[in-house]
Amino acid sequence: MNIVVCIKQVPDTTDVKINPETNTLIREGVDSIINPFDTYAIEEGLRIKEKLGGEVIVMTMGPPQAESVLREALSMGCGEAILLTDRNFAGADTWATSYTLSRGIKKIGEVDLIICGKQAIDGDTAQVGPGIAEMLDIPCITYTGKIKDIDENGFTALRMTESGHNVIKSPLPALITVVKEINEPRMPSLRGKMNAKKADITHYTAADLACNLESIGQLGSPTVVRKIFAPPAKGKGEIFKGEPADTAEKLAAELKDKGIV
Amino acid sequence: MNEYNFTEDQLMIRDLARQIAEDKIRPVRAELDEKDEFPEEIIKILADSDLFAIFVPEEYGGLGGGAMELCIATEELSKVCGGVAVSYAASGLGAFPIILFGSDEQKKKFLPAIASGEKIAAFGLTEPNAGSDVGGMETTAEKDGDDYNLNGNKIFITNGGVADIYTIIAMTNKSRGARGASAIVVEKGMDGFDFGKKEDKMGIRATVTRELVFEDCRVPAENLLKREGLGFIVAMKTFDKSRPGIGAQAVGIAQGSINEAVEYASQRIQFGQPVSSFQAVRHMIANMSTKTEAARNLVYHAARMVDSGVKNISKISAMSKLFASDVAMEVTTNALQIFGGSGYMKEYPAEKFMRDAKITQIYEGTNQIQRDVIGLKVIKENKSGKKK
Ligand SMILES: Cc1cc2nc3c(=O)[nH]c(=O)nc-3n(C[C@H](O)[C@H](O)[C@H](O)COP(=O)(O)OP(=O)(O)OC[C@H]3O[C@@H](n4cnc5c(N)ncnc54)[C@H](O)[C@@H]3O)c2cc1C
Ligand SMILES: Cc1cc2nc3c(=O)[nH]c(=O)nc-3n(C[C@H](O)[C@H](O)[C@H](O)COP(=O)(O)OP(=O)(O)OC[C@H]3O[C@@H](n4cnc5c(N)ncnc54)[C@H](O)[C@@H]3O)c2cc1C
Repeated sequence: MNIVVCIKQVPDTTDVKINPETNTLIREGVDSIINPFDTYAIEEGLRIKEKLGGEVIVMTMGPPQAESVLREALSMGCGEAILLTDRNFAGADTWATSYTLSRGIKKIGEVDLIICGKQAIDGDTAQVGPGIAEMLDIPCITYTGKIKDIDENGFTALRMTESGHNVIKSPLPALITVVKEINEPRMPSLRGKMNAKKADITHYTAADLACNLESIGQLGSPTVVRKIFAPPAKGKGEIFKGEPADTAEKLAAELKDKGIV
Repeated sequence: MNEYNFTEDQLMIRDLARQIAEDKIRPVRAELDEKDEFPEEIIKILADSDLFAIFVPEEYGGLGGGAMELCIATEELSKVCGGVAVSYAASGLGAFPIILFGSDEQKKKFLPAIASGEKIAAFGLTEPNAGSDVGGMETTAEKDGDDYNLNGNKIFITNGGVADIYTIIAMTNKSRGARGASAIVVEKGMDGFDFGKKEDKMGIRATVTRELVFEDCRVPAENLLKREGLGFIVAMKTFDKSRPGIGAQAVGIAQGSINEAVEYASQRIQFGQPVSSFQAVRHMIANMSTKTEAARNLVYHAARMVDSGVKNISKISAMSKLFASDVAMEVTTNALQIFGGSGYMKEYPAEKFMRDAKITQIYEGTNQIQRDVIGLKVIKENKSGKKK
């Protein structure tokens, strides 16, 4: 079973600041970590590999510094790491990122399963996983909370929804995005860290991947960011306490008063 | 140079132990303290992360470190939970006699499983009538054909019942007194080896302290370390190597309590300002930090001397344990003071640090005994012209 896990390097904080002029995230002075949801993707890949054999390849698109998150993934037990790095990749939106990653996966050749985190904690779009699947023209199951009965031919997944879950059978190759309920990611090991420090990381440029230059980076990004702003703080809520009959009456009066009903 | 001149591997050990302590131990430490049992899940995580391999030579499945590596990991774990740290470090204590005195065959047999964390080790010296005075030892190991026949009780044994591999000191020839003791490796499950009273402790409750009971326990003679009569030498050399580890535990506990106290003091407002702005509190923090830093450096120095292979390490090793544990007791008491009334409550971690600190002044030789060791050594050195 050949498994590719796509991970993203994100700033180590949920309290990111935005440059008001460029409308982009300010990354200076903030440590980078593996997008937390992607650690569940790595763990799931490792578990499937431990059961069925094969290899877990971890991949990211980013600047050369993104090697550090790849090494962290290697220290958890991934067998190989690939960095897609090229000046022309810069400024990619979710579409261009999905395209570039899909080119990287094609370059690997035979891949059975691709695993992504459900979303990145900085961008929060949850689009890249499905985007890759679309470009590779393979099935995609998002919000996977459990994988059952996996073998070379296919698997059954529980797809978590707000009210419960769907049970979905899929053939392979396929792409899944995972939620954090799926497992508990392991800690790296010392031997893993020592090996990861010395490991060779494969670099691919746009030319290596035979990318269409109009489809990558800023140029290949149809998204236009007009404005980014922090949403205004919500007003203070009010809780009516007391007997249900009284509180319901108060609520109705308040809603009428405000012209909502 | 980094702050303490750590090697790259040592930095890696520190970072990994810190990560495990923060992510996996901190969320459950209060529960572990309450439950008073061996932290099996956490120990499994430490094992999977190769932390049991860092004090075992490479040729026996380890990563080839020594006392210093064990100190670094123990300090980090102790910053969050002194109990988990002991459950971990005591496996090193049980392994040291085998590392120091075992034959190649014995090392091949026992060390790989200790290095992988698949098996936990323990060290059994103390008895009801043999605490500080090991001369009072009553447990016997009589040679009988190809076996030793063990009879007697060991008390207060860390990882008792949990460990698979026990280095036991017992009398093989009572008439020879101190030269009649021997070190023998006993494995859990051997006939006649059982476990007795489990202690209900004041602190380090995330570790099991239990009695070992030997009743005609037959141990193959091949499990004898080195040769008969070396039992107390094995014990002393083991402690020389392990005492900096107790120092590291003490430093970790002290530092952990400082970290929490400083955070609290910066947030707690009285008289319209954070209590950390009062000179009385700041000076306390300054003294606590300075003493802990001094203890840390003494511990690292002792551990590095141990690993350097120089001969006379009893004194520096005892000094590191003595000083660091006294500092830990003082520092944790003051950390609690900084928490005010909240510090006295179990809801906050201050009182646990204080309870956990106390043991470091007692085990692996009480601090009175450490002073005996140090004093005697200094006087001897002085007489033989080796003045500092
Ligand atoms: C939690 C815990 C874990 C332990 N784990 C282990 C273990 O894994 N393996 C093991 O073998 N043991 C273990 N021990 C035992 C520990 O090492 C002993 O408790 C310690 O050595 C002290 O012995 P004692 O308790 O008999 O005290 P005692 O020797 O009875 O001492 C009582 C008091 O008298 C003082 N004293 C005794 N003799 C002298 C002297 N000559 N001069 C001045 N003062 C003196 C002592 O300092 C102490 O204050 C553990 C103990 C505890 C509490
Ligand atoms: C078991 C228990 C029983 C209690 N019973 C009662 C009771 O029956 N009735 C009652 O009213 N209270 C009671 N208390 C409360 C107790 O009196 C307070 O905890 C105590 O006065 C300290 O206040 P604090 O906890 O708010 O500490 P804080 O005032 O928050 O002190 C925190 C730290 O800052 C230091 N500090 C604060 N101000 C200064 C300053 N200006 N200069 C220098 N250092 C400063 C303190 O010394 C301490 O080290 C009880 C507390 C406990 C733990």
